[in-house]
Amino acid sequence: MNKAKASRTNKEKARAAANKTASLGEDIDLSEYTSAGEKHAYRDNPSQLPAEAKKHMLEAGVMLDDTSQRSGTYIQMDNTPVHSSVSGDGVEVMPVSQAMEKYDWMTDYWWNAVAVDQDKYTANIELSQYDGYFIRTLPGKKTVFPVQACLYLAKDKLVQNVHNVIIAEEGSELHIITGCSTASQEDAGLHLGVSEFYIKKGAKVTFTMIHSWNPETAVRPRSGVIVEEDGLFLSNYILMKPVRSLQMNPLVKCVGDNSTARFNSILVTGEGSSLDVGSRIILDGKGSRTEIVSRAITTGGNIIARGYIEGNAPDIKGHLECRGLILGEKGMIHAVPELKGNLAGIDLSHEAAVGKIAEEEVEYLMARGLTREEATATIVRGFLHVDIEGLPPLLAEELKRAVEASEKEVM
Amino acid sequence: MLKIKDLSVSVEGKEIIHDVNMTIKNGETHVLFGPNGAGKSTLLMAIMGFPKYRVTKGSISFKGKDITGLTVDERARMGMGMSFQRPPVVRGVKTRDMVAACLKESGDGDTINVLANRADLGEFLERDINYGFSGGEIKRSELMQLLAQKPELTLLDEPESGVDLVNIALIGELMNELLEKNCPIQYRKCMGLIITHTGHILDYVNARTGYVMCDGTIGCVGDPHEMLATIREKGYDECINCYLGRLPINE
Repeated sequence: MNKAKASRTNKEKARAAANKTASLGEDIDLSEYTSAGEKHAYRDNPSQLPAEAKKHMLEAGVMLDDTSQRSGTYIQMDNTPVHSSVSGDGVEVMPVSQAMEKYDWMTDYWWNAVAVDQDKYTANIELSQYDGYFIRTLPGKKTVFPVQACLYLAKDKLVQNVHNVIIAEEGSELHIITGCSTASQEDAGLHLGVSEFYIKKGAKVTFTMIHSWNPETAVRPRSGVIVEEDGLFLSNYILMKPVRSLQMNPLVKCVGDNSTARFNSILVTGEGSSLDVGSRIILDGKGSRTEIVSRAITTGGNIIARGYIEGNAPDIKGHLECRGLILGEKGMIHAVPELKGNLAGIDLSHEAAVGKIAEEEVEYLMARGLTREEATATIVRGFLHVDIEGLPPLLAEELKRAVEASEKEVM
Repeated sequence: MLKIKDLSVSVEGKEIIHDVNMTIKNGETHVLFGPNGAGKSTLLMAIMGFPKYRVTKGSISFKGKDITGLTVDERARMGMGMSFQRPPVVRGVKTRDMVAACLKESGDGDTINVLANRADLGEFLERDINYGFSGGEIKRSELMQLLAQKPELTLLDEPESGVDLVNIALIGELMNELLEKNCPIQYRKCMGLIITHTGHILDYVNARTGYVMCDGTIGCVGDPHEMLATIREKGYDECINCYLGRLPINE
């Protein structure tokens, strides 16, 4: 399909879905937000961004003063890309609008992993003025340092519409760390983000997302991932700070033989927050496998932790582990693990547990001389500790720091 | 010194231990025999101070201080340590973290590695504590933690149960290190109180005082080797019948 025709079709589908309520999560009234924000100035050097913004971005893992350990950087404030750059060859980072102009084949990657008419949020993105990041590794290229991206909400009552496309060409390796944060701790905001991932044959993508919103933000990410033969998609998600309402349920299709998808999520929330976070993995390729590990802690907010694995091919293997900890008197955790097998000879399993910290464990540690507070902190730290295979040491270290920061939020 | 005086202990409102008296002097290791359900573990848990084991009468003093009202961690920091018979799995907390917690500031990563090698648990340091451990591995892990903690009073609940004959020698060695067996008696400070069913452990530790406990009371006090011979020959019933009433309950 040519570009113009594809665009018309997408717009038509979006218009038809403009009022389509999402199947999960509280319905957000889009009319309460405006998408017409001021344009922010482009910066050739990201370190020139205001110190306050850089501080918030750093909290979400985005380093702007020293980018020597980054393969590329993309920064978007509200709906304006304010910086994009790459260091080294083999990787492309640019606003997605620019990629659309540059590459005719972009239509193949546009609303392909995510449906434009999934709900009113995807429709709103298509129907609005919007941008997002385009990150691509060239065939066989393996990036050592991660590409970093930041989506930053600065204006009050703004809807941030984002559409990202990530392509790892055959045999390439790409690490992405993406941080989302807000300028203010009080301003209301809505983040709508579509991310489409295409992991080609033998490629590997690790995607580490750190969310650091404020208690008035509503967030509706919509992600889709297509993993080809021998490809690997590894997602790490950390929600560290309060958020009013967040719902996401990314869909991964392991279409290639021996493809792999792994999801690790760490959700920490307090009173006033409502989270509905899951992941859906469809194992269509022979020998494909997946593992979903989620850890949820509430000190007063509500968390629905979902996981869905569907096996449609021989020799597939999937495991889902969902554990929730309720600290304090209030708060709710609802674990929804689901498995669906469509043929014999597949191996799908899950384990889920929700509860408070076992007194027996606290006393065990106290018998070694730890105070009750120290024992509780040690158990919480252990609970949040997730062994992540396949993450480069640098990212593993950064992830560890982010988890430690979320521990502090809890304690 | 540990001094237990007229101690009664209740669990969930039911009195399990009645009027127990016991004194362990510095450098001494005592052994507690008794049939299942006699209250041996309850006594140990009460000495360690677990809140579920409520002291209803009497007192416990340690190093000259009445500790009856102290919490578990306060007692641990005063120098009490306990090996658990069935310790809980704590997911995400690595064995290394536990040993480090026991060491406090008195050692580093190398110290932990040395201790793990001593206990033949080098490969377990990065595993979640007690997760998938066999009976013998749990015992060795408990003793490794205690060696890091260096308690002055060690409470051991059936350290040999579930351990095969090869491992029992290693368990014995670790216990001896804890209880300073190789240190001349006059310089020995560490005290021990060991629950044993089989008595195998007597081959390894230097224990001179034994007790037989039954129905929550201490029926007799004596030489543990002689007691063990009697128990093996005649069983606990006979042992209790024989000694009860003949020996003073109070030391």
